[in-house]
Amino acid sequence: MSATTHGASAGAPGAGFRAAGSIVGEDDGVPTFEAGGGDWSQIAEEAARLGEERIVVNMGPQHPSTHGVLRLMLEIDGETVTEARCGIGYLHTGIEKNMEYRTWSQGPTFCTRMDYLAPFFQEVAYCLGVEKLLGITDDVPERATVIRVLMMELNRISSHLVALATGGNELGATTIMTQGFTAREEILKIFELVTGLRMNHAYVRPGGVVQDIPPGALDTIRESLGVMRGYMRQLEDLMLGNPIYKGRTVGVGHLSLSGCMALGITGPVLRSAGLPYDLRKADPYCGYETYDFDIPTSTDADSFSRTVLRIEESYQSMRIVEQCLERLQAMAPGPVMVADKKIAWPAQLAIGSDGMGNSLDHIKTIMGTSMEALIHHFKLVTEGFRVPAGQVFQAVEHPRGILGVHLVSDGGTRPYRAHFRDPSFNNLQGVSLMCEGGQVADVVVAVAALDPVLGGVDR
Amino acid sequence: MSETPRSEGTADAAVPTEQKDAAAAAKVGGGVVGTPAADTPQTATEAALEAGSQNIPANAQQRTRLEVIDVRTGMFGATQGGDTSGYGGLVRTIAMPGPSERPYGGYFDEVVDLLAEVLGEGGTAFDAAVEKVVVDREELTLFVRREHLVAVCRALRDDPDLRFELGLGVSGVHYPHDEGRELHAVYHLYSVTHSRRVRLEVAVGEADPHVPTTVDVYPGHDWHERETWDFFGIVFDGHPGLARIQMPDDWPGHPQRKDYPLGGIPVEYKGAHIPPPDTRRSYS
Repeated sequence: MSATTHGASAGAPGAGFRAAGSIVGEDDGVPTFEAGGGDWSQIAEEAARLGEERIVVNMGPQHPSTHGVLRLMLEIDGETVTEARCGIGYLHTGIEKNMEYRTWSQGPTFCTRMDYLAPFFQEVAYCLGVEKLLGITDDVPERATVIRVLMMELNRISSHLVALATGGNELGATTIMTQGFTAREEILKIFELVTGLRMNHAYVRPGGVVQDIPPGALDTIRESLGVMRGYMRQLEDLMLGNPIYKGRTVGVGHLSLSGCMALGITGPVLRSAGLPYDLRKADPYCGYETYDFDIPTSTDADSFSRTVLRIEESYQSMRIVEQCLERLQAMAPGPVMVADKKIAWPAQLAIGSDGMGNSLDHIKTIMGTSMEALIHHFKLVTEGFRVPAGQVFQAVEHPRGILGVHLVSDGGTRPYRAHFRDPSFNNLQGVSLMCEGGQVADVVVAVAALDPVLGGVDR
Repeated sequence: MSETPRSEGTADAAVPTEQKDAAAAAKVGGGVVGTPAADTPQTATEAALEAGSQNIPANAQQRTRLEVIDVRTGMFGATQGGDTSGYGGLVRTIAMPGPSERPYGGYFDEVVDLLAEVLGEGGTAFDAAVEKVVVDREELTLFVRREHLVAVCRALRDDPDLRFELGLGVSGVHYPHDEGRELHAVYHLYSVTHSRRVRLEVAVGEADPHVPTTVDVYPGHDWHERETWDFFGIVFDGHPGLARIQMPDDWPGHPQRKDYPLGGIPVEYKGAHIPPPDTRRSYS
């Protein structure tokens, strides 16, 4: 943690940071700055010398309770936060730009890495967008859609578990953390069983999913659900009845409904303010209108109610998972990819020495018996398919709010532009409203209740 | 929800008769067009710009001009060597979906009518504020002139029958071939009350990339506009603090523009060298 005295009046974000630095030189007309921290005693002396009561504290970007590389610039007066600003961009990796240089099928491999705690939501939103651009939304097999819903809802539980676990950990409740992560492990095992990976799956592809769920997976998931329910009850007991936890979270990080609407804040934070707005109900996709589930809400609009909602939502997701399992059980095995061979990769995957790849049998068949199949495979994988020019916006209900994907095609084999409206990115704008006027310790609680994932914020 | 693109009075424009497959109009007249010696066909080159400009009407103020985003020659992305494919002379003009005609379908007609009414009450003609209405893939896009953007947003947000109260942010798109309108700011608005959605698009030129801010109407657009400034260099006039948000403060250039290189290094995998992605062959 570094701190600097606040020399200049508060202006643009980073003003305090700059004021502390000194211009060390000019290179091609661009001034360069050197920022420095110091010991608390020196800072206090400096503050006393300047007669300046306000102190700017940089919390992060490397700080255990900022959920990643989030930098919070807090102007404090004693223990009270008088101004809070976020600094982001420390995890910016240019995923959107990179996607413009890969085929449409390679897109999920990139967007799955954005919000790494909820990878399936980016994959599904992106693929729904590509399918809308292609006009094949209705051709996606029912089985693929049910698998997508199954994976998304499991992912929602695992994402909420991390939110609860890290939120508890940041308050010093290590047991909440260990229980939450242990429960999440159950879901990651399912992900590994179905997709081969614990995260960064790239399992959902334009037109369907990459492969069917393996035999026996339904029973495994059903067993895991029971285990998960047990862990969830423990978490419920640890958090909701805990006087210390309640003391830290009740009434903290308040954000009213009008504040949420003005700032475009969605997800559990919006629902904790009383509006039951969930895209799964309001603007259904993937057949969510055919599932039976509820949208829990609260009117307390504080951090505690958001914890309650995340637990409630996890139970609702388990209900949807059960319905998915029933449907998959009743469904005859069938394709999980569109029938159009100009879009669906002819891949038959198997585990290889360097991870998952095409099965040797399949390669032997196309290499040895069908020249046309080989050409087709080669063209589709290297060149990709063309998507008619136009643009779409596809939104899904992410664990943290509305995830919107804006896709533009120029009629080529690569996305012309892929923009992700990440809910964490938008929701972080609420930090100022939620933290100013409160205690420094409450900043941690408020940020934990927002549950930002910086991979998604910075992309 | 298909539509036939029109081009009113654009006699010299190649008019796509089918929007399908983007290829639309293959412009064959005018002799041989220079072959773009592009490393990456997604980048604007002089030759491509020149070719694209031939399809744009002389009158830059034309209301329903084609939104040409690219002009491509040849096939298979091969730019070196002789024309072994026989497709070297192929020229394709790529244009975005053109303006739609009524009925737009669904609730789109109602939204457009209501917006026209509300704007009229405020003393703004609908045609003055909205360049064109595009309905494509069951989504409504209103192309708004920048001087009326804030009025349109306010009308969409405040009128009880429109009530697009949720601003889902701004994203930029760079169309180097859309001459004089290279930079587009795209706004995604949702109506929670009526469960509707609308998209606003504002096009400005690279030479004058100014768009009024919508932060006063949708405070949540604050960071989104900063991001669009950061990545595309669109200046949102009146924004409370238009600083870079993802890139460092002293970063030169705007990385999401098409003429900004991706960069990268070759990677070795099992003895083979894979070139960086922006130097690989593009088939677009």
